[in-house]
Amino acid sequence: MSAWSPEHPDALDQLNQRPQPRPKVAVHKFSSCDGCQLAFINAGEALITLSQLVDIVHFAEAGPLDAEAEVDIAFVEGSISTPHEKERIEQVRRQSRFLVSIGACATSGGLQALRNFNSHSAEQWTQAVYAQPAYIDSLETATPVAEHVKVDLELWGCPVNARQVFAAIRALLFGVMPLIDKDKLCVECKRRGNVCVLVAKGEPCMGPVTHLGCGALCPAFGRDCYACFGPAENPNTHALARRFVGLGLLPEEIAHRFHFINSHTPAFRSAGLEWAE
Amino acid sequence: MYNPDLPLEVRVVDKIRETPSIFTLHLEFTDPDIDLEYRCQPGQYNMLYLYGVGEVPISIVSDPEHRGPLEHTIRSVGRVTRGLDRLRVGERIGLRGPYGRGWPIREAEGRDVVIVTGGLGCAPVVSMIRYVLRRRERFGRLVIMQGVKHTDELIWRKQYEQWQRLPNTQVLLSSDISGPNWPFSVGKVTVLFNQARLNTRKSIVMLCGPEMMMKASIERLLALDMPPEAIWLSIERNMQCGINHCGHCQVGPHFVCQDGPVFHYPELAPWLGVTGF
Amino acid sequence: MDTQYAFLPRNALDQLLDALRKAGFDRLVGPIARDGAIVYDTLTSAAQLPHGYRDEQAPGRYRLHQADSGRCFSWANGTQTLKPLTFAPQEVLWHCERDAEGCLRFKNPTVNHSPTAVIGVRACDLVALRLQERHFLGGRFHDPHYGARRESLFLLAVHCTHPAKTCFCASTGDGPKAAIGFDIALSELDEGFILEAGSLRGGELIRTLALDDATERQRELAKTEIETAALQQSRSLPSQNLREALYARLEDRHWDKIGMRCLSCGNCTAVCPTCFCHAEHSVPTLDGTQTTHQRQWDSCFTAVHSYMGHFLVREETRLRYRQWLSHKLASWHDQYGRSGCVGCGRCITWCPSGIDLTAEVAALTRQETSHV
Repeated sequence: MSAWSPEHPDALDQLNQRPQPRPKVAVHKFSSCDGCQLAFINAGEALITLSQLVDIVHFAEAGPLDAEAEVDIAFVEGSISTPHEKERIEQVRRQSRFLVSIGACATSGGLQALRNFNSHSAEQWTQAVYAQPAYIDSLETATPVAEHVKVDLELWGCPVNARQVFAAIRALLFGVMPLIDKDKLCVECKRRGNVCVLVAKGEPCMGPVTHLGCGALCPAFGRDCYACFGPAENPNTHALARRFVGLGLLPEEIAHRFHFINSHTPAFRSAGLEWAE
Repeated sequence: MYNPDLPLEVRVVDKIRETPSIFTLHLEFTDPDIDLEYRCQPGQYNMLYLYGVGEVPISIVSDPEHRGPLEHTIRSVGRVTRGLDRLRVGERIGLRGPYGRGWPIREAEGRDVVIVTGGLGCAPVVSMIRYVLRRRERFGRLVIMQGVKHTDELIWRKQYEQWQRLPNTQVLLSSDISGPNWPFSVGKVTVLFNQARLNTRKSIVMLCGPEMMMKASIERLLALDMPPEAIWLSIERNMQCGINHCGHCQVGPHFVCQDGPVFHYPELAPWLGVTGF
Repeated sequence: MDTQYAFLPRNALDQLLDALRKAGFDRLVGPIARDGAIVYDTLTSAAQLPHGYRDEQAPGRYRLHQADSGRCFSWANGTQTLKPLTFAPQEVLWHCERDAEGCLRFKNPTVNHSPTAVIGVRACDLVALRLQERHFLGGRFHDPHYGARRESLFLLAVHCTHPAKTCFCASTGDGPKAAIGFDIALSELDEGFILEAGSLRGGELIRTLALDDATERQRELAKTEIETAALQQSRSLPSQNLREALYARLEDRHWDKIGMRCLSCGNCTAVCPTCFCHAEHSVPTLDGTQTTHQRQWDSCFTAVHSYMGHFLVREETRLRYRQWLSHKLASWHDQYGRSGCVGCGRCITWCPSGIDLTAEVAALTRQETSHV
């Protein structure tokens, strides 16, 4: 079984053949809060429509259980943070024609990737945190799925939303890659008619370096963006950090703006490290 | 409401595989009245719409006055063109056009027509070549120079060989890297200029292909005393509306979608090969 | 003409709003103070207008202050004015349905824009509107979506008397006095407003109010305030035609310096009242039977703007900024016969990085300006 890639479009071709058996879909969970799976569960009627278009064969949170099923599209939530997960993601890759990682944990390691900066070993802090550390079997790092297996598509966000997930599924069923817009959040924020919280309130908004997709949710409520969708294309983290200095943020505070939900992404990792010392 | 950007329905009546990544669609309007009304010029393009996915500008390769299906040769590079590559005969898509300025047919009459193309970018001149061949008496010598990177990139080899046998027609081919069964020249397309029988006083030159190749070719032509006014070229840019409105296709002061895609060299000279325009 | 300069007492402002409603403008849009800025929104009464508000603007900074004044228009401008009303941030261009046999049916969207009166339009906004009209309506292809929205508008300008530090309309020749494109123009004085008609329907509306003429003193006072507003502007562009100057400096090292500070976030293009770039995309329903073709504001600062399938024409930020500035101030002359900048200063204020277009132009053209 070969995964779909731009060079080998045949695998997805089978998804939009008619008549045909419906494509099989699985939703797998790794180290995560389950919040991205809610993009499916909270979708209401759309979920019923989806169930008429595809066969959801494995989705533990919603009911169907068949973790070993071979599928056309696998959605993977969560980072790889245990030795068992390392093995399991390879198994998921083998049994999936098209693999989509969803959410910050799966695409960037997520919040738990903050531990990747920690100089203490996993053993040391598990002993500090847990009463019975012997039961904890954890890797030193929490890393994105793409660091372990080939990923065909990434949907960013903490959490991803139904609009993103369903647009991706629709495009895949049409036999094309979904349109992934990596522009800055500001573009979306301005389309929505929000007043810029950085300019009008002096809030340290991460919008100018952040991947759009959320619909500029926080600025619409007068709050600064905290970059839950990760870095946008061509992010000028240095210029934004300089602006934060002008707004009165301390170096440590600037470092925390970048080292938060998507700290393991190269752009945010290096931007934060620049200010952490 | 008259909407200049409302597509019309066309049916795929034939699909020809030119190479693994290049194909030709033969399209016919489902409304026969439109089929009768439709008029285009060599060098113009249509916006092809893949249902639910999006639109792309594609040059028309068929002869404008030939009644029959419209032919579009397409290279699968982006999400829409890859999707179009999956179409099968009988399927329907949208089409609007023709758009833009085509080749200068009137200026070309009575003169030698010199065609210079590079890489895979020969589609925009094919309709012009066909136009000349069908009205052979109206034009002087036809010189076709085509350069490719690798010998296997040459599509329509049979057609070139056919054209080569026609009277008053010179076909010159070159490949950067030689390969088996390649009786033609080796090197950039500019190596062919020495073999071409060029009468710079009564020629009109039409180029298309990568901009750097066109720039190098034009420099060579000017060195051979070809007047700049005798040179025309077709360029490509991101085009989303085709009707001068969306702004993506600008090159300096020009909107490629309507001011081009065919330009008179003196208009484009200040911008050709300038990074970022 | 007796309605040429009529006086509307301050407490009669609601009568003007009533007259607009009676004239068929179901929707009134005007400035209100919200979320820390002047924004244009639906207006139901004159009490909602930003009474006493002043705006303080600087590169990357906007603050509203409440001053001890009864005036409603003693500020320069806000985030947007007319652009979202005519060139909508998102617009449905057409619909398409696909039946079980794969046949496609293309349909125009249902368009029903209720007649709208906009109060408080600035001189710069009106010139910008004219420029966008030239782009969307004046060429070979008439944009029906823009056209329908434009036709629904009745415009009440207010001459500017309180320019912000970021304003430079006096140097572009586009303000502070509204000169074109309005139905009615207002001059605000402490005691009320002087109304002047800019169109036949504007004149008719003023007549329905049966107002007294403005006095000579009132007109003189209004004139002085506008003239002072022009003199107060501290920023400027060195010339109304920078075409040659910028074309000669396309390879200047200064673009790299701007590229270091520019976030390529597109805020400047979104707030610019003349920027018109937009992207088109299809939005299908999940079941795949219907799809909507939409356009939305795009920006020459995005990657997709110069996307060519296998490469980007403008990968680097400096090239994106150069595209914007050289289009706005240079190639706009080739395309539309004048500069694309109306001096509103929004790109300066709303740039999160505080990049000042007038300062960048000055830095770029500093050398050899004499022979330009």
